[in-house]
Amino acid sequence: MHNTRILILGANSDIAVATARILAQEGADLWLSSRNLEELEKEAANLRTRYGVDARGVRFDARDFDSHPDFYSGLDPKPDGVVLAFGLLGDQQTSQKDFDQARAVMETNYTGAVCILELVAADFDRRGKGFIVGISSVAGDRGRADNYIYGSSKAGFTAYLSGLRQRLHASGIPVLTVKPGFVATKMTVGKPLPKRLTADPEMVARAIVKGIRKRKNVIYVKPLWRVIMGVITHIPEKVFKKLSL
Amino acid sequence: MELSGWGRHPVIQAEMTPAHNHRVLQEKISGMGTLIAYGYGRSYGDSALAKQVVGMRPLDRMIEFEESTGLLTCEAGVLFADIVKTFLPRGWFLKVTPGTKYITVGGAVAADIHGKNHHIAGCFGDTVSHLKMIGAGGETVHCSRDHNSELFRATCGGMGLTGIIFEAAFYLTKVPSATISMTTIKTRDLVETFEAFEKHADTPYSVAWVDCLAKGGSLGRSLVMLGEFEGEDANTDIDYRPSNGTTIPKWFPGFLLNNASISVFNKLYYAKAQNGSSKKRVGVDAFFYPLDRLLHWNRIYGKSGLIQYQFILPKSAGVKGMEEILQEIAQSGIGSFLAVLKLYGPANDHYLSFPMEGYSLALDFKVQHRLPELLDRLDRLVLKYSGRIYLAKDARVSREVFEQGYPQIEAFRALRKSLGLDRKFRSMQSDRLGL
Repeated sequence: MHNTRILILGANSDIAVATARILAQEGADLWLSSRNLEELEKEAANLRTRYGVDARGVRFDARDFDSHPDFYSGLDPKPDGVVLAFGLLGDQQTSQKDFDQARAVMETNYTGAVCILELVAADFDRRGKGFIVGISSVAGDRGRADNYIYGSSKAGFTAYLSGLRQRLHASGIPVLTVKPGFVATKMTVGKPLPKRLTADPEMVARAIVKGIRKRKNVIYVKPLWRVIMGVITHIPEKVFKKLSL
Repeated sequence: MELSGWGRHPVIQAEMTPAHNHRVLQEKISGMGTLIAYGYGRSYGDSALAKQVVGMRPLDRMIEFEESTGLLTCEAGVLFADIVKTFLPRGWFLKVTPGTKYITVGGAVAADIHGKNHHIAGCFGDTVSHLKMIGAGGETVHCSRDHNSELFRATCGGMGLTGIIFEAAFYLTKVPSATISMTTIKTRDLVETFEAFEKHADTPYSVAWVDCLAKGGSLGRSLVMLGEFEGEDANTDIDYRPSNGTTIPKWFPGFLLNNASISVFNKLYYAKAQNGSSKKRVGVDAFFYPLDRLLHWNRIYGKSGLIQYQFILPKSAGVKGMEEILQEIAQSGIGSFLAVLKLYGPANDHYLSFPMEGYSLALDFKVQHRLPELLDRLDRLVLKYSGRIYLAKDARVSREVFEQGYPQIEAFRALRKSLGLDRKFRSMQSDRLGL
C-alpha cells in the first residue's frame, strides 16, 4: 500500500479506525474525514506517530450534500481508494414516530453515500484507477420489523454498490461491498450479541483489507452470515411476515 | 459484568463504561457517582475494582513523538506492548518497564511501576514529563514536576485515586539492539545472592529468581540474572518482531499447581542452571517479558486465583530481614512458583511510590487454606524491618500495616480531600485502606 492514499469517509467509527490502522501499517497515506475534526486530528496524529505515514483529518458531513463537491475537489492529493464507513443506526421505534430521525438514517446511509460516491466514481473513472469500499449491512438483505428503516437504507446502498460495480468494471475499478454482521462497537455497547455471529472491529478491518487486495465483490465478515442471510432471503413472504426474526 | 484483577481474586460484579474519547469521558464522569479507572487489568488485587469503572483501553492513540528528545505523548490506554512494537524497530525502548508489556500507560503511572533497572533508572513516574487528567468535577487538569507538582507527586503511584489520567508524556531511551546479553549467576545462599547484586550494581538490569522452598544452609539460593543491551551503535534500525504467545485455557486445572509440583519445579529449575556464572544472548521479549509468552498465565492457579505478595525492606534490614522472611515461608511449606528478588535504588518523592533503597521480594501464592495466616505473619515481619507492601499487587493488606509502610500517606489523603477527589475516585482497595 505504499504510494497509495486512501480516503476514509466516516473515519471515527470503530471499524474505520481499525481499518485505517491496518492500511497505515501497510504504508498507505490517509485522508480521514468525518464531522468530528477534533477526534480525527488525534487519530491522524496517532497514525503518523505509529506508522510514519502521512495522515490528515478533513471535515466531512454526509448529510450536507451541497458541500460534497467542494470537499472532494479540495482533497489534494487525490485518493487512490475510498472506504465509506459512515452510517447511522438510529432506533427503529423512534424512526417510526419521528420522521426527522428516519430521514437522518436514510440521508446518511443512502443519499449521503450516493452523493459522495458519485463524485469519487467520476474521478476514478476519469483517472482509470482506484478502488471503492462501501460498508453496508446484512440488515439490507431483507427488511425486518425491528430495523427496517435502517435496513432499507442499507438495502438501497447495497443495490447502489452493486450497480456501481457493474458500471466501473469496464474501467478496472473494483467496488467492494462489506456486510459485517454484528460488530461489537460503540454503536452496540450494552446490547447482548451472539458470540459466533459477532465480529470485532479489527476482524472487520482485516477482512476489508484482504477484500481490497483480492478485488472481492461482496464479503460477509463472519461466513456464517452468508448462510443465514441466504436462508432468510429465501423464506416466502407469506411465511416471513408472520415470523419475528 | 464480572471483573477482577490479574490475580482473579477477588471477583466482583461491576459496570464498565468505556472511555471512547475525552468528551465522553468528561460527560460520563460527572453523572456517575464514585468510580475508578480500569486499564488492562494487570494490577493483581483490588486496585482497579469498584462497582463502577471507566475502561481506559479505547483511549489508545499515540499523539506525538519527538525524535530529538525521545519524548512520547500518548493516551493513557496505550499498551506498553504497542510502544515496544512501534518504537523498538526505530531504536527506542521504554526507560522503565515491568515484567509484562500488557499494561497501559495510565496504569504504569498510577502504580509508579518499576523494572529490573530500578537501581539505575528509578520508577516509570521518573520518566514522565507531564500528565493530563480529569478531576473530580470533570475538569481537565495538567500536572508535572513544575506545575501542580503536588498533584503530580500524588498521581505517580496514586493508584488512580487522584483523577483519571487520560494522557501522558514520557521519555523513551535509545537502545542499540533488541538483544540482551544475559549473565546468570547461580548462588548457594542468600548472602551470596545479595553479594551478587551489590557487586553488579552497575549492570543496567538485574533480578533474581529465588528457590523459596530451600531451607537451612541453602536458604535464599538463587539464579541472579544480569542483562544489558548488546551493541554499541544506538542509531540503527532494529529488527524486532514481537513473539507470539501460547494461551493457557480457561479450564486449566488448578490442582496441577500444588506445593509438591512447585517444590519439584523449584529444584529442577535451580539444578538445571550451570554452576558459577553463565552467559547467553536473549531477545527483548524473553528477557523482559518471559511470562507474557504464556498468555493468561494467571489461569494456571485455577479458579481460586492467586495472590501476589510483594514487599520491600530497606537496606538497613540487611540479609537478616530477608532471611527471617524466607525462613517463615520455607517453614510454612506453602510454595511460590515464582519468587523474584531485586535490589532497588533510592526512593523518589512520589507519595505512595513503592520502591525504596533496599531489597524487594515478590511471591505468587495460589489462594489456599492457611495462606491468610502466613501472609499476616509476613506482614508483621515486613513491619518489623520497616518495609512496605506494593499496592499494585495487593488485595488483602490491613490499613494498619499499610499505613506504617507509607509515611507520606497523610499528605496524600489531605490532597485528595482538598480537591474533592476522595468523593469521586474510589476503589475497593482505597475503601479498605482509607486512602
